Amino acid sequence: MEAIEKIKEIVLQAVAGAQIEIVNSTPAAQQPALLVDREHISAVAKFLKEDPRFEMDFCSCVTAVDYLPKGDKPGCIEVVYHLYSVAQKQGPVVLKIRAPRELEQCRVPSLTPVWRGCEFQEREAYDLYGVKFDGHPDLRRILMWDEFTDHPMRKDYVPPADYEWEPTPHDNTLQRAGQAHGIMPPSAAAELEKTKKK
Amino acid sequence: MIQPLTDEKRYSLTPGAEGLIETQTLEVSIGPQHPSTHGVFRMDCVLDGETVVALKPVMGYLHRNHEQLAERMAWLGSMPYTDRLDYFNSMTNNWAYALAVEKLAGIKVPERAEYIRVIVGELSRLQNHASVIGFMLQDLGAWGTPLLYAFREREKILDVFEAVSGSRMMCNYFRFGGVRVDFNEPMLAMARDITARFPKFLDEFEKLLTTNEVLLGRCQKVGILPKELAINASISGPMARASGVEYDIRKVDSYGVYGHFDFQVPVGELGDVYDRYYVRVLEMRQSVKILEQALRDIPQGPHVAPEVKLRNFKIPPGDGYGRVEAPKGELGFYLVSDEGGKMPYRYHVRPPSFINLTILEDMCLGHKVADVVIILGSVDIVLGEVDR
Repeated sequence: MEAIEKIKEIVLQAVAGAQIEIVNSTPAAQQPALLVDREHISAVAKFLKEDPRFEMDFCSCVTAVDYLPKGDKPGCIEVVYHLYSVAQKQGPVVLKIRAPRELEQCRVPSLTPVWRGCEFQEREAYDLYGVKFDGHPDLRRILMWDEFTDHPMRKDYVPPADYEWEPTPHDNTLQRAGQAHGIMPPSAAAELEKTKKK
Repeated sequence: MIQPLTDEKRYSLTPGAEGLIETQTLEVSIGPQHPSTHGVFRMDCVLDGETVVALKPVMGYLHRNHEQLAERMAWLGSMPYTDRLDYFNSMTNNWAYALAVEKLAGIKVPERAEYIRVIVGELSRLQNHASVIGFMLQDLGAWGTPLLYAFREREKILDVFEAVSGSRMMCNYFRFGGVRVDFNEPMLAMARDITARFPKFLDEFEKLLTTNEVLLGRCQKVGILPKELAINASISGPMARASGVEYDIRKVDSYGVYGHFDFQVPVGELGDVYDRYYVRVLEMRQSVKILEQALRDIPQGPHVAPEVKLRNFKIPPGDGYGRVEAPKGELGFYLVSDEGGKMPYRYHVRPPSFINLTILEDMCLGHKVADVVIILGSVDIVLGEVDR
């Protein structure tokens, strides 16, 4: 397996216009990553999969990380792909993509068309972090229930207030109490209305 | 929730000739409370007669946000929680987490500890594969007998785990840089005894099952998974190897001391349920081989790296991914440490049984609904790991 600088060079030659940056991990782990821009990630992924020097045919792990804004550094959601090659028994090549934290703009291209193995993992990242994967064939919640409205792994997530252990909701949780009722199924909401009238 | 069939698709399934009665497809929900789903797992099936025409797995009934729990406590704090992922193999879960943290922090593990890890890891693989075959046979209708044969052996292995860690299933046995308790001579003798007797059990098991006509009839050419799809869909472990993917992380990464041992990677041909059964049997034979070598060669020395602190353990900022070959497939941990480094900033589990479910629909399409049950059984899922 070539050094990360060499991989970057090869990828840059193959995919014109891609903006790639090397992100270092700890010196001990030795897993530097390629931070690729959102427009070119699909092309880079396809190239890494098909090029005989890499043959990254096995997308092992897909996940997202939530970085809150720190000082004047803006926050971001980072989607991480760990690629291995079954054919050549080498790896990993780590790909990272960054998207803004705001829910409407938090979109990245899906790599499910390239690796089928991303299907459930991208659904999980969407469910828990709210990253929308453009081009995913079936982007639905997978672990939380369908009526749930939030993304619980985000660092600024506040649980709704209808927990039994919260006898006197206050501050953040009080604000969320109203919203929590919004996620009730309609039948239960109607039932609640009935009891109020009595 | 399943997408409704379009009219075009629905009527193309029914005989179009005149005089025939118009038929309908039927949507059946198998699970979440059903013995064949191995826990709380649901399959939304669309059936045409008895044939499956669509199937969507529905999970999350056991979801407890394991990852967030771990992000709110110290690095070592989530070690006992990893036991609850795949509760059949707490040893290999511990190993994957310990390996990822050691990779991130740059900890070197003493050789005796590595050997102990191999011993408990392979014992764990033996009892997992034996029980999975038992459960699969239970799904086939061989109610009880094969499972109890498997559990008889599992019991002896759990006795070793209890002796060494104090707990039969939730072992919490690994520490960063080694293991919690050293194996003493009587414990090693127990492990040697199991290793010596296990091939005899396997012979008996195979005599009962491998050429059994009912097993052959129900399992061969059912739920075929082609090799290309297996690689593309990130399938790992015995599932992938049954489809002919020769990929074993013990060989590829040779983490720990797996490089010292002589063993083979059994590979299937067709990728049907029968291959998945037989690959597991062969893997157990290889595990016995590894165990014999490990128990023979285990060196003296410390069982945990003395320089690793239990309290106030910190990791410099960065990220890393560590993976092991768990009995169910590739179990990986992606960890991010930030400033402070007292607890993980991000802790992600790459669960093999969750990802192996990706192609459940592809394997089931066109089969009878009774086959769905054994196809799911051959995937080998544990819901603690699927839902996390």
